[in-house]
Amino acid sequence: MADTGAGKKRDGDGPIEVRFRGGGFAPRSLRWVGVAVFVVLIAMVQWGTESGWISALTLPKPTDVLATFRELWESGLLFKHLQPSLTRLVIGAALGASTGIAIGVLIGLFSYARAGLVPLVAAIFPIPKIALLPLFVIWFGIDEGSKYALIAFGTFTPTVVATYGAVDNVDRSLIRMGQSFGLSWSSIVRKIVLPGAMPGILSGLRISLAIAIILLVAAEMLGAEYGIGAYILEAGSLYDLERLFAGVVILSLLGVLVSALIGFLEKRLLGWRI
Amino acid sequence: MAAVSSHAGMLSGSYRVGMDIKLDGISHHYGHTEVLRNISLDIPAGQIVCLVGPSGCGKSTLLRLIGGLERPGNGRVLQVGAPPADSLNPLTFVFQDFALLPWRSVKGNVSLVLEDHGIRGKRSKAIIDDVLNRTKLADFADALPKQLSGGMKQRVAIARALAVNPAVMLMDEPLSALDAQTRELLMDDLVALWTRQPFTAVYVTHNLAEAVRLGHTIVVLSRRPGRIREIISIDTPISERRAGDPVCQRKHDLLWELMREEARAADEELIDG
Ligand SMILES: Nc1ncnc2c1ncn2[C@@H]1O[C@H](COP(=O)(O)OP(=O)(O)OP(=O)(O)O)[C@@H](O)[C@H]1O
Ligand SMILES: [Mg+2]
Repeated sequence: MADTGAGKKRDGDGPIEVRFRGGGFAPRSLRWVGVAVFVVLIAMVQWGTESGWISALTLPKPTDVLATFRELWESGLLFKHLQPSLTRLVIGAALGASTGIAIGVLIGLFSYARAGLVPLVAAIFPIPKIALLPLFVIWFGIDEGSKYALIAFGTFTPTVVATYGAVDNVDRSLIRMGQSFGLSWSSIVRKIVLPGAMPGILSGLRISLAIAIILLVAAEMLGAEYGIGAYILEAGSLYDLERLFAGVVILSLLGVLVSALIGFLEKRLLGWRI
Repeated sequence: MAAVSSHAGMLSGSYRVGMDIKLDGISHHYGHTEVLRNISLDIPAGQIVCLVGPSGCGKSTLLRLIGGLERPGNGRVLQVGAPPADSLNPLTFVFQDFALLPWRSVKGNVSLVLEDHGIRGKRSKAIIDDVLNRTKLADFADALPKQLSGGMKQRVAIARALAVNPAVMLMDEPLSALDAQTRELLMDDLVALWTRQPFTAVYVTHNLAEAVRLGHTIVVLSRRPGRIREIISIDTPISERRAGDPVCQRKHDLLWELMREEARAADEELIDG
């Protein structure tokens, strides 16, 4: 009922309570809602596959996926695949994100860096990095080197763009304040620009790290003995849906983990935000 | 403790002859807009000079020129005499929007301006305690800016300015973001601070009550391009000025007349495009 009073018929002269219209636009943390969405979806699939409403060729039974997953765990195969994948992800993403933040800050601070590098970044951003894998194989070797490079390169571009945007958004009046108190250039960068850009950098990292996971799988599909990507590729080529889905679940969990990690960092570093 | 006592000595001891500021034929343009025209003015040490004028007449610009945040198109800003030896930042701003770092506590915001001068540890703590006491913020040393009211934030900004022992404070509408009561209280605070230890200040405001309360001299600027329209001085010591004081009231009315003409003319210019 939208009753501002004007549109509603009045019963005599009785006072009308003012309609509340100030809600929303203030996200709260409601963790259980996310869990509930997952539970409902999975329960629906389980019910569908059991009743035959969803055919076995369309989707595997969630319980079967879980059983596959347990098998994977018990045989120790899970860690055999997870360990190289995580190493690749951590090394590649750390390389890409740290150079991305450094270059992004340079672009944010120096006109020449901006003039020279922004078009370059714009030119390499849309290239599907996976297309360059053969090149990386030649440059960095067939094994780990090319995978690190691919992930690093893929994380690098979105991080650069997010970082220089974040630096641009740092309140100029705070920088002016720093200058007016005679702070050195490096103090202004360390104590004003970087903390001020941190919210933008972290939200950029959310995207970059998701891209890193995608590229990790792509790289492993193109050539790796062990790794989640290799596992999924093998399952897919055998049309083994249970194992395929078990692999996909691992990826999703990885995504949730990364997102939670960033959420934790935001809580720690950005507690000052209103 | 030597440095601390010299700092404290500066606060409570007798006032020494400080640094005057002299504006010599300042003009300034932004693109094709002439903002300031031929401003010459003396700002004597130990006095508060208030700048009033219609909106957009270039008051903030003039203050930035004085503080060295921008270069004047023409003319020069001169320091006459040396700033006190223990002044860390002779020309110090207090901004209208406070300009506090939201990620640092009250203490951290003050220590920010000391760190670059190599003041850390005990010395830093002594200075911070002193300025927070003087601005009545001692209980809020660890609070973040988001937890403070507007008046408290501006007191933090004033504490931060006091910490570097300025020779001249450049204040750009420091109280205009605050409500009337808080403004009154902070004006009392400023008067008390000045009485305890006279400082030099250029105080930009569009509030005439603030100007007659705090200014030894009040400089009225014309509408853009800003020129000096009138310089009014008030001889009543600022600690003795009260609301409704006849001398102050007369000055206030005089200022109001001057300002009204300028404001009206400025308004009509805008309507004409
Ligand atoms: N960085 C800038 N670039 C271009 N124009 C500017 C700049 N800063 C100020 N101006 C213009 O210069 C004129 C004077 O601005 P200024 O901020 O100094 O006025 P002011 O007297 O402080 O006004 P107010 O009372 O509104 O604070 C205005 O017309 C403004 O639009
Ligand atoms: Mg202004």
